[in-house]
Amino acid sequence: MTDKVTDPNSPLHYPVRRYGMDHDLYDWSMLTDRPKVQWPNNKPLAVWVNINLEFFPLNQKGVPFKVPGGMTMPYPDLRHYSLRDYGNRVGLFRILKALDKFNITPTFAVNTELAIRTPYLVQLLKSRGNEVLCHGWNMDSLHHGKMDRADESELISRSVNQLRELTGQAVTGWLSPARNQSQNTLALLAENGISYCADWVNDDMPYRFKQDGLWAMPLSTELEDFYILGNNLHSETAYVDQINDACDFLLQEAATQGGRMLTLNIHPWLLGQPHRIQYFEQILSRLSQQPIWSASASDILQAFTAQQAAGTVES
Amino acid sequence: MKADPSFYDYWPYQDRPKIRWPNGKKLAFWVAPNIEFYELNPPENPHRKAWPQPYPAIQGYGIRDYGNRVGHQRQMALLDKYGIRGSISLSTALCEHHPEIIQMCKDRNWEFFSHGIYNTRYTYGLSEQQERDMIRDSMETIYRHTGQHCAGYLAPALSHSELTLDLFAEVGTELFGNDAGFYTCDLFHDDQPTPIKLRSDKRFVSIPYSLEMNDTIAYVVNKVEPRRYGQMLKDNFDRLYQEGEESGTIMCIPTHNYQVACPHRMKAFEEALDYITSHPDVWVTTGREIADYYREHYYDAALADISAKLGANK
Repeated sequence: MTDKVTDPNSPLHYPVRRYGMDHDLYDWSMLTDRPKVQWPNNKPLAVWVNINLEFFPLNQKGVPFKVPGGMTMPYPDLRHYSLRDYGNRVGLFRILKALDKFNITPTFAVNTELAIRTPYLVQLLKSRGNEVLCHGWNMDSLHHGKMDRADESELISRSVNQLRELTGQAVTGWLSPARNQSQNTLALLAENGISYCADWVNDDMPYRFKQDGLWAMPLSTELEDFYILGNNLHSETAYVDQINDACDFLLQEAATQGGRMLTLNIHPWLLGQPHRIQYFEQILSRLSQQPIWSASASDILQAFTAQQAAGTVES
Repeated sequence: MKADPSFYDYWPYQDRPKIRWPNGKKLAFWVAPNIEFYELNPPENPHRKAWPQPYPAIQGYGIRDYGNRVGHQRQMALLDKYGIRGSISLSTALCEHHPEIIQMCKDRNWEFFSHGIYNTRYTYGLSEQQERDMIRDSMETIYRHTGQHCAGYLAPALSHSELTLDLFAEVGTELFGNDAGFYTCDLFHDDQPTPIKLRSDKRFVSIPYSLEMNDTIAYVVNKVEPRRYGQMLKDNFDRLYQEGEESGTIMCIPTHNYQVACPHRMKAFEEALDYITSHPDVWVTTGREIADYYREHYYDAALADISAKLGANK
């Protein structure tokens, strides 16, 4: 058998070729090996609808990369800036009307800078009473591996604390802009009292990070409106089909494997367009006829962790 | 650098010696689940970046981890349902990282072939000896964990050198004689097996492993809608099955647990598998069995025909 290569400069050197993951962020675990989860009222499927309220700066720095959905034209890229703004001014209200009509509970992922710029929206969120999670400072403030730890620490505490002040909520959830992280992000989130992070997409159910007190709440990228419509350029009908197929499949899987989670990540500037909103309504209408538990991200996590604490579910 | 990889001669699809698969079947059908491990922090390769973002690029890493944590067993249950044994294109370090997955595949007598050690370690820049060592490590790892003599190769992340096929065949011979290292999935030039010319003169074949039917190519590169992918699979099958009347064909579906086994893509995949396996003249098999059968029954006839037609070309 081949000798282990010990020269760290060799391309055949594999220092973390071992059981489990090649890092220490979370443990290796297969979904089917975990105990079954039960949602309130025995509903097989928990549904988390996450509405993104975002601010894309016109003068983006694009470090370390241009955020997807950001400016693409030479400065000043008014067309992309204003279309993103359309979501917060117009699109959102169509989305809210649809959610309320079908009695679906949203959670809002908010850029703190947007909350500062739009007191009206903050009042609206307060009056609705829905959960707000922190979506970072703005869509050009990316967290990345080449960032100084102190700078990121300041960015996270500023984003989280100001959003807490503005909304009057505990704000325990986090979604990084572009879902990008540094090697310090998880630790800094925990230091700032965050209890769940939605950046990682490696599971269909919550799981525990090794970082104390921090959970992963997987928010599907593959089912996201921007990914399907904006990145893949699929039709609106195909978007509806994909969500319906996912819903049916997860309901079927839940019948034998315990509660499952369907997560829809929504951008009002995209789905709140007049020609798209009817497809979102179709999805909500069908969803509302299924045996789902529509809840906020925190409520879903609490239902999960309560069973975990009771020893019936492991991370 | 060469203008032509020189592994095969031009050999027109029409008027080849007729192939019949075991029991007179017209189409050999195999599914090749890629079971891969991508490192979160691979060493930098100057020829190709592993991730688009600086370390830690958790998005790309996360969805591939999803394949192992969640997707694998979904696909496995589906293949079980249709009596399909997977031919796994394996990042062999997965034997060490996730032996539970390897065990489930062993329990089903699935085939393991080498897809390198990690899908974040590229062939680019390796010396001949280093590539040979990497291939040897991968084949030894498969043997150590599964007892199988690795028959096939799909280079890690489809990264090749001019010598990749030669080295794979030679290492196979060194380790296990003619029982290992005799087919490649790296060439996309045909819908039937073809003999491959190597410096070792080993009886070595290319087995069609379709890029077009590959779920990652369809979903990520070509951005195909899931139901359309399902339709493409059926259309691909229909034509190959029809052409199989004349001479046996091969259909391969290369899959990834992080693509095809996402909840919104399972239905389309299931419908395609249901459709394909419901036809009577389909040999549901593995890559190794196809390559073995071809080497035994058609290899010499193919060589003779190629040689005769090369003469006609001149």
